[in-house]
Amino acid sequence: MATTRRKFILGTLGITGALVIGWGLMPPRQRLTTSQPLPTSEGEVAFNGWVRIARDGEVTVTLAKSEMGQGVVTSLCMLLAEELDADWSRVRWQQSPIDNIYNNIVSVVDGLPVHPDTDNFAVDTVQWLTAKTMREIGVMMTGGSSSVKDLWRPMRQAGASAREMLVAAAAAQWGIAPADCQTENGEVIAPDGRRLGYGALAAAAAQQALPRDPALKAPVRFKRIGQATRRLDTPGKIDGSARFGIDALPQGLLYASVRMCPTLGGRAQRHDAAPARAVRGVKAVTAVEPLRGGTGGVAVIADHPWRARQAADQLDVTWDHGALADFSSAPAMQRLADAARDERGFAFFETGEVDAALAGAAKRIEAEYRAPWLAHAAMEPINCTVLFEGNKATVWVSTQVPGLARAAAAEALGLPDEAVTVHVLMLGGGFGRRLEVDFIAQAAAIAKAVPGQPVQTMWSREQDTRHDLYRPACVARFEAGFDAAQRLVAWKNTSAGQAIVPQVLKRAFGLPGGGPDKTTSEGAFDQAYEWPAARIAHAAVELPLQVGFWRSVGHSHQAFFKEGFVDECAHAAGVDPLAFRESLLRQHPKQLAVLQAAAKAANWGSPSPAAPDGARTARGIALHDSFGSSVAQVAEVSLGPDKAIRVHRVWCAIDCGLAVNPAGIRQQLEGGVVFGLSAALHGGVDIVDGQVQQSNFHDQQILRLNESPRVECVILPGNGHPEGVGEPGVPPIAPAVANALFALTGQRLRSLPLKLA
Amino acid sequence: MTTTLKVNGRDVTVDADPDTPLLWVLRADLQLTGTKFGCGMSLCGACTVHANGAAIRSCTTLLKDVAGQDITTIEGVQGPEIAALRAAWTTVDVVQCGYCQSGQLMSACALLKANPRPDADAIRAAMSGNLCRCGTYQRIEEAIALAATPR
Repeated sequence: MATTRRKFILGTLGITGALVIGWGLMPPRQRLTTSQPLPTSEGEVAFNGWVRIARDGEVTVTLAKSEMGQGVVTSLCMLLAEELDADWSRVRWQQSPIDNIYNNIVSVVDGLPVHPDTDNFAVDTVQWLTAKTMREIGVMMTGGSSSVKDLWRPMRQAGASAREMLVAAAAAQWGIAPADCQTENGEVIAPDGRRLGYGALAAAAAQQALPRDPALKAPVRFKRIGQATRRLDTPGKIDGSARFGIDALPQGLLYASVRMCPTLGGRAQRHDAAPARAVRGVKAVTAVEPLRGGTGGVAVIADHPWRARQAADQLDVTWDHGALADFSSAPAMQRLADAARDERGFAFFETGEVDAALAGAAKRIEAEYRAPWLAHAAMEPINCTVLFEGNKATVWVSTQVPGLARAAAAEALGLPDEAVTVHVLMLGGGFGRRLEVDFIAQAAAIAKAVPGQPVQTMWSREQDTRHDLYRPACVARFEAGFDAAQRLVAWKNTSAGQAIVPQVLKRAFGLPGGGPDKTTSEGAFDQAYEWPAARIAHAAVELPLQVGFWRSVGHSHQAFFKEGFVDECAHAAGVDPLAFRESLLRQHPKQLAVLQAAAKAANWGSPSPAAPDGARTARGIALHDSFGSSVAQVAEVSLGPDKAIRVHRVWCAIDCGLAVNPAGIRQQLEGGVVFGLSAALHGGVDIVDGQVQQSNFHDQQILRLNESPRVECVILPGNGHPEGVGEPGVPPIAPAVANALFALTGQRLRSLPLKLA
Repeated sequence: MTTTLKVNGRDVTVDADPDTPLLWVLRADLQLTGTKFGCGMSLCGACTVHANGAAIRSCTTLLKDVAGQDITTIEGVQGPEIAALRAAWTTVDVVQCGYCQSGQLMSACALLKANPRPDADAIRAAMSGNLCRCGTYQRIEEAIALAATPR
C-alpha cells in the first residue's frame, strides 16, 4: 500500500508540480518522535527522535543528514544544543536510522517551479500540501543545500522539548515551579543557585510528559547559533580514524572488482570466468545487470581488493553495448543548440510582450552559450559494502539517500525494505553523485553471490569517471533589446538540455516522469532581476544518456549563461557592469546589498593591481540567487604563459538568511569557489559511441592548490530563517571569471570550460 | 610469498604478491584505513604515507619496493611537526569531507620535517600534488604557515 501511495503522489508531483487532493485532510504530523524509540545504551535516555542524554551528561544528537564535507554535523548539533542549552563540549552525534520524521521536506517544496517573488494563496497551498505529503511519503535526502533549513524547526523543537522535560524533573525534585528554573550549559539552575546536571536528571526527565508545544528562543537569545563554531568532526579526520564508506570493515570482508561495459548502460553478453577464477583468492565471478541507471558487467569477488582487481582484468567478456552505442556528445550538443534555436520550450517566466519589445528595439544583441556534461569526481571513489544473509541484509555505504539505498539493495536482493539495514558512513564528497543508487544496487547484486560474507564493491577512479550520472550539458540562446536611450527593454532566453527529475523518478521510483522540471531552468527564470519584458524558457531534450544532480544543479550552468549575457548587455548599453546590475534591482534590496558588498570588498572601480609576476589583471562581477541565498562574487584574473587563465583573488558576499554557523558558511563559500573553478577552467566529459573519453585526474583535472585563489568572504546579516549554503558559492564564479577575462582581453567566452583564443 | 616491513614502528609480515601496491596492503591486509584510495596513479595524493620519513604515494609503490623499510601512516605518525599541524588544522578549521586530509597532513608533515620554515612558494610546491575536491586549499596553506610559526 505504502509503495502504491508513494508512487501515486510522487507521480502526481512529477507531472503537475504537486496538487494532491485529499492529503490535506490528514492530521498534521510532528517531526519529533520516530516510529520506534531510538536505541539507547545503559543509563541513557532518548527524549525524542533527535536527542539522547547519558547518565554522565553526554548529549548525543541524531544526525539525519549525511556529512559530506558541508558541515552538517556541526550546524545541526548547534540547532539542537541551542534550545537544549547543552554543554557544547559534551555534544556528540550519531547517524540516524531510517524514519519518516527524517524525510527531507524543504528540498521538495523548494523544487516546485515557482518564482520566489510569487506570493499568492494557491502557491502557499501547494507548498503546504507538499510539505505534509513529504512528511509521510518523502525520502531521507541530503542535498539541495537544504539540511539546516529543513531541520531548523524540528531540531530546535527537539532540543526545547528535552529541555522542558529536564526542567520539569528538576522542578519536581526541588518542589518549585518549572517557570522558576533556568538552564545553562547542561544544567538546570534553581533561583537559589542550586544546580542539577542533565545527566543526573535524564532518567527522571524521561518520565515527564512530552511537551505539546515547546517554546523556542527568540533569535536575540541565541548563544550558539550565529557564533562561528569549529567543526565537531575534525578530530577523526586528522588522525585517520573517521570511517568513510570505503572504510567499512565488517568481519570477514571480501572485495569485488567489476569489469563494466565500457559503453554506458551496456551489459555483458557472455564471459569466460576461468582465467579470473585461477587467480589466488578469488571466491566467485558473477555477471551484474545495469541497475538504476548504471552499467552492467562482470564482478570478481576475492579475499583482497588488489587480487580482485587483477582477476577482473583477466576476464574475457563479450559486450552488449546497448542503447548508447551510437551516442556521442558532439552531435548531441549540436542537437541541444538546434533545440535552443528552434524550439519555444516551456516558459518558466514571462512578463510583458517580449517579441513586440524586441521588434521595436533600437538595438538588439544575441548570443549562444554552452556548458558540457560534467563528472562529479568526488575524492572517495564509488564503493558500497553489502552483507546478504538470505532473509536479511546489511549495507555500509556513503550515501545522500539512505532510504533509497535501502530500497535499491532490497530490490536487488529480492528482500522487503524492512529486511535491509543501512549504515551511513562519512562521505568522501557527495556533490550529487551519492544521490544515485546505481552502485548500491550493483553491490547488492554482487553480494548475493556469496551469502553470509560481506563484500565491498569498489570502483577504480577510471570507472568513477566513466560511469557517472553526469551534470547535463546545456545550450542557451539570448536576445536582448535596448531603446534609443540604451535602456534594456527586452530579455529573451531559451535554453535546451536534458531534464534530470523525470530520469530520477524513473530510476528511483519506476515512475513515468513528465511536466516542467524546475532544475532545468533554475538559475535562469527564478532570479531577482527586474526584466522589462521577458520570456525565459527551457526546451527539454530527451537523450538516452543518464544525467544527475551536480552541486548547484541547473544553477551550475544557468548562472554562467545569464551573468555572461547580463555583462554583454551592460557593455552594449555602455554602462559599468555593476551599475547595470544595480539598475535591475531597484525592488530587490537583498540582492542589491549582496552585489554592493562584494563590489565594496573588491574595491570595484579602482584599478586592479598587477599580478605577482607583473602581469596585468582585471576584474569581473557576477550575482546569482540559488537555494534561497544570494551570492555575488568579484574575480581578479590575469594570463600566464600560453594564455593560461589565472584567478588570483575572489571576493564573495552572501545573504543566506540567518547565518547559523558563520565559520561553516565561509568554508562552503571558499570551497564552492574552488569547485566552480574546476569546472570553469578544466571541466567536461566527451563521449564517443557511448564511451566517456576522460578517465582520471590527468585528463579530468580538478583545481590544484597552486591554481587556487585567495577567497575573501562577507556574510551579510540576513533575516528570518536560514537558507542554503552548500551550493550557492558555486554558480557565480564561472561568469565572474569569464566577465573578468572579457575586461582583460576583450574576448567574450561563451562556452565552458573557458579557453581563450 | 611474504614480505616483511615496518609499519608504524611495528614489524609486520605480509603474505601478498610482491607487486601489490602498498596502499592495498595497508588498507586490506593491515586494516589501516586512514590512508585513502583516490586515483591509483599518483595523481591525487590521498594515499600519501612516509617511507623512511619521505612522503610517497602508496598507490603506485609496490610492496617489494618497501621491503624492510620503515612505513608511517596517518595512524602512526608522531612528533612535533604532526602535532603542530594537527593543532593548526583544528584552529584554522581546515577539513570539510576529510577524505583527502590524511594525505594532506602526511605531505605537510614531510614538508615541515625537511623545511621547518617553508615560505608560501615552498608550501605551494610541496602541496600541489594533493587534490582536495572540497577546496580547502586556502586553509591548508594557512594552517601549514601557522604550524611553521615559531612559538
